[in-house]
Amino acid sequence: MTRFLRTLLVLIGFTLLSTSALAETPFPTVHEPSDESLKCIQPEDEMRRNHMNYILHERDETMHEGVRNEPGSLAACIDCHVEPNSKGEIAGIDSKEHFCNACHQYASVQIDCFQCHADRPQKFIKRSSHSSSIRDQLEKTLATHDASSEGVNK
Amino acid sequence: MTEKTTPAEIDFFNLEADNNMEPVNTSRRDFLSKAAIAGTVTIAPGVLLHSTAHAATSGNTSTKANDEEVSSKNRWGMLIDTAKCASGCTDCVDACNEENGLVGHGRPATDTQYIRKVTLKEKSTGHELSLPLMCQHCETAPCADVCPTGASFVRADGIALVDKHICIGCRYCMMACPYKARSFVHENVENQKLTAPRGKGTVESCTMCVTRVDNGGIPACVEACTAENHNAMIFGDLNNPNSDISIELKNRGGKQLRPDLALNTGVRYQNL
Repeated sequence: MTRFLRTLLVLIGFTLLSTSALAETPFPTVHEPSDESLKCIQPEDEMRRNHMNYILHERDETMHEGVRNEPGSLAACIDCHVEPNSKGEIAGIDSKEHFCNACHQYASVQIDCFQCHADRPQKFIKRSSHSSSIRDQLEKTLATHDASSEGVNK
Repeated sequence: MTEKTTPAEIDFFNLEADNNMEPVNTSRRDFLSKAAIAGTVTIAPGVLLHSTAHAATSGNTSTKANDEEVSSKNRWGMLIDTAKCASGCTDCVDACNEENGLVGHGRPATDTQYIRKVTLKEKSTGHELSLPLMCQHCETAPCADVCPTGASFVRADGIALVDKHICIGCRYCMMACPYKARSFVHENVENQKLTAPRGKGTVESCTMCVTRVDNGGIPACVEACTAENHNAMIFGDLNNPNSDISIELKNRGGKQLRPDLALNTGVRYQNL
């Protein structure tokens, strides 16, 4: 009898734990673009389920055939959906706040696009100029090789 | 000294072996222009409008619509006049780095270069040449030949690219390229440019600024060289006899690097 009670208690404990865990990760809501005139290319339900197919199709056509009409492009998704929050901060792909990552963390699906692609609209990315450092390096290398280019054939 | 920026000890460009380089293969171009004329005479009015629109343009930039596929009607190329390319000038390299968001890690041997400046020295006279060296956009590209996944390919309009979606980072193409034009991304990349996706574990090289070209622009290096009044680089359609590059090639000629390999490169050089 005591064993039965103990099992029951453990089961109840597990149930409580799992519901509280669920409560901490609410179903993500879609970030609507601040410009209300902008509408997504498909209804939300369709995009939640099939967005990857749209992007994949565009991907091969763009890469290999140079077709660059905007609607289904990853850049167009990012341009509308990724915006700064009320404090003016803009989340990168590692953040839960990022439009893509919000759902992908919830669904536990790894997202690889942004290992290569820009995760924020270009207008929100501040860049320092790196070219000067590369230029310095290049000049240094050229100088070294000028000094030792005796044996170089034309 | 690093291997990548060092001119080869051997006759890297095979300049002495073959000074009688084959001219641009014009037979296809002739065929196309004749076909275009025939087209304007015989085909329906809608098509006629289309072909005259193409004929009217200079051939210096792309006129394709956004939803149109690239085709072998065009072959994009560059012509570089080494006589106008100053030693020590890196305007094209800087513009390329800026355009593609290329960031160095202080390791010149492995840091990505799309363009590098190469100095050639004639040993007996001491005469020096400076030239920018990048992907030569070969018609029969060795990189595409050896690629096991099809990630390295040459687009219908002659631009050699890496599809990083299917590149497995094996680097066969880097071995195969006679111009050492390709780099491997060894580090995680952040804050990429919208038009230049690049990431760790893939090979990359000059894309001839393919997004710019598709949108009717010219490569960043050519733009910078012209903006700084060096005018050492011309971009245009090798298949269009009216383009600046074709006219210049016809009048003054231009050499391919390593013409003995018969790769029919899209990048040509003058005054080598």
